[in-house]
Amino acid sequence: MLKGISTVFEAGKNNLIIGKSGSGKTVLLKCIVGLLTPTDGHIFFDGKDYVAMNMADKVDIRRELGMLFQGGALFDSLTVEENVRFPLDMFTKMSMSDKKDRVNEVLKRVNLVNANNKFPSQLSGGMQKRTGIARAIVMNPKYLFCDEPNSGLDPQTSIVIDELIMEITEEYQITTITNTHDMNSVITNGDKILFLHEGSKHWEGDKVSLFESDNKELIDFIFASDFLKEARDARHDKLIAKLSK
Amino acid sequence: MAEYIHASGGPIFHIGRYILMIKRCFTRPERAAMYWKETLRQMSNIGVGSVMIIILISFFIGAVSTVQFAYNLSGSMVPMYYVGYIVKESLILELAPTISGLILAGKVGSNLSSELGTMRLTEQIDALEIMGVNTISYLIGPKLAAAITMVPILVIISTITGIIGGLIAGDLTGYVSSTDFTQGVLMSFVAKNIYIMLTKAAVFGFLLTSISCYQGFYSYGSSIEIGKASTRAVVLSSIMVLVADFILAWLLLN
Repeated sequence: MLKGISTVFEAGKNNLIIGKSGSGKTVLLKCIVGLLTPTDGHIFFDGKDYVAMNMADKVDIRRELGMLFQGGALFDSLTVEENVRFPLDMFTKMSMSDKKDRVNEVLKRVNLVNANNKFPSQLSGGMQKRTGIARAIVMNPKYLFCDEPNSGLDPQTSIVIDELIMEITEEYQITTITNTHDMNSVITNGDKILFLHEGSKHWEGDKVSLFESDNKELIDFIFASDFLKEARDARHDKLIAKLSK
Repeated sequence: MAEYIHASGGPIFHIGRYILMIKRCFTRPERAAMYWKETLRQMSNIGVGSVMIIILISFFIGAVSTVQFAYNLSGSMVPMYYVGYIVKESLILELAPTISGLILAGKVGSNLSSELGTMRLTEQIDALEIMGVNTISYLIGPKLAAAITMVPILVIISTITGIIGGLIAGDLTGYVSSTDFTQGVLMSFVAKNIYIMLTKAAVFGFLLTSISCYQGFYSYGSSIEIGKASTRAVVLSSIMVLVADFILAWLLLN
């Protein structure tokens, strides 16, 4: 499925994995977080080989990961507050009042107030993503993984979620790895971009070099329509200048 | 039965994975309080949630058994109070544990399988894995503990309700008076039979829960797959309850 992918994700930055549907983005992300085990190759976290580790060491690394799933993956039987508190309940010895304070702090950070007692089924798509982000960051992870954070959201909410991920990455100094095919995410959040095509790495760079690339598959993917291609040619210099700021 | 076993992979593959799953259920929990809370929730789901259907069905099983035994004994030399004795012993040794096991295989089995299947489909299990939770131990362990505790209690309730059903049916139909029926019920008490009943109940609880959880936990794909997993859970649990019933009867009554 995946072949010849070698890359280093930048610490404390927004790293994006982009590519068409079926290009292997989700498989790569699942391999990195350990939900799938690659048949060959290595994945290093701070120089430690995650693939070769025993289960106990893997669990230690997993405690440093936070992940936002495509559908939120919130626990249906728990309220928003209980969902976000779950990792604290499971892995910390904090008092209940400390845990509640921490939960309220992260919920406020993701702009989700007065929703503590709601169940996931009572939330909109955007609110579910915010809850997912709150749960992912509640343990102060070193790494944040986001699988298609914009899927199923309207363009405006997508931008809000993108900005939130960007702000959290900077504020908490997290290394964020996002799997997306949303053009706005690519342009706004792409500190480092890895482009996959048919299971292999075809290009890597950042949001500025993206517009200067002459990689055909990348151009076809990013500027999928004729309108976007024309817009790119017409406003190329202006766009580069804006992104470079 | 083969189509249920060969859902994906051969029977040896499934048996091996099932055994490994059971083994992982008994690993040390990350936080005992969370497991205890989940066990209590499952005890309520499996036990309290099934009381009414067990009472209803057991009442009629006891009633029908009384009428049929009375019909068979009528005109014979056997005194009618024996109906009470036969109904009680049938309920303790066979009807209460087996019928309860089959009812629970349908009700609880499909529920557990679809709950875990939905969790798999909506990536809730993946979310737990990423957090570093031992998902098998956390999601299946408490369900097993709850079933092994609650199914024997449900079987005791089933036996008592069945006897009451028999008593009322005997009186209402006029086949056996309540005095005769009670005399038969109180005629003898064999502690070993109670032990057999509770052993059967615990084993059935373990089997129907573990098989259903296995089917749900390892269901992948779409909602159609969850439906198929639920069906497999009910069919295989029911078959295994009956197989275990025979083996336990053979071993424990020898």
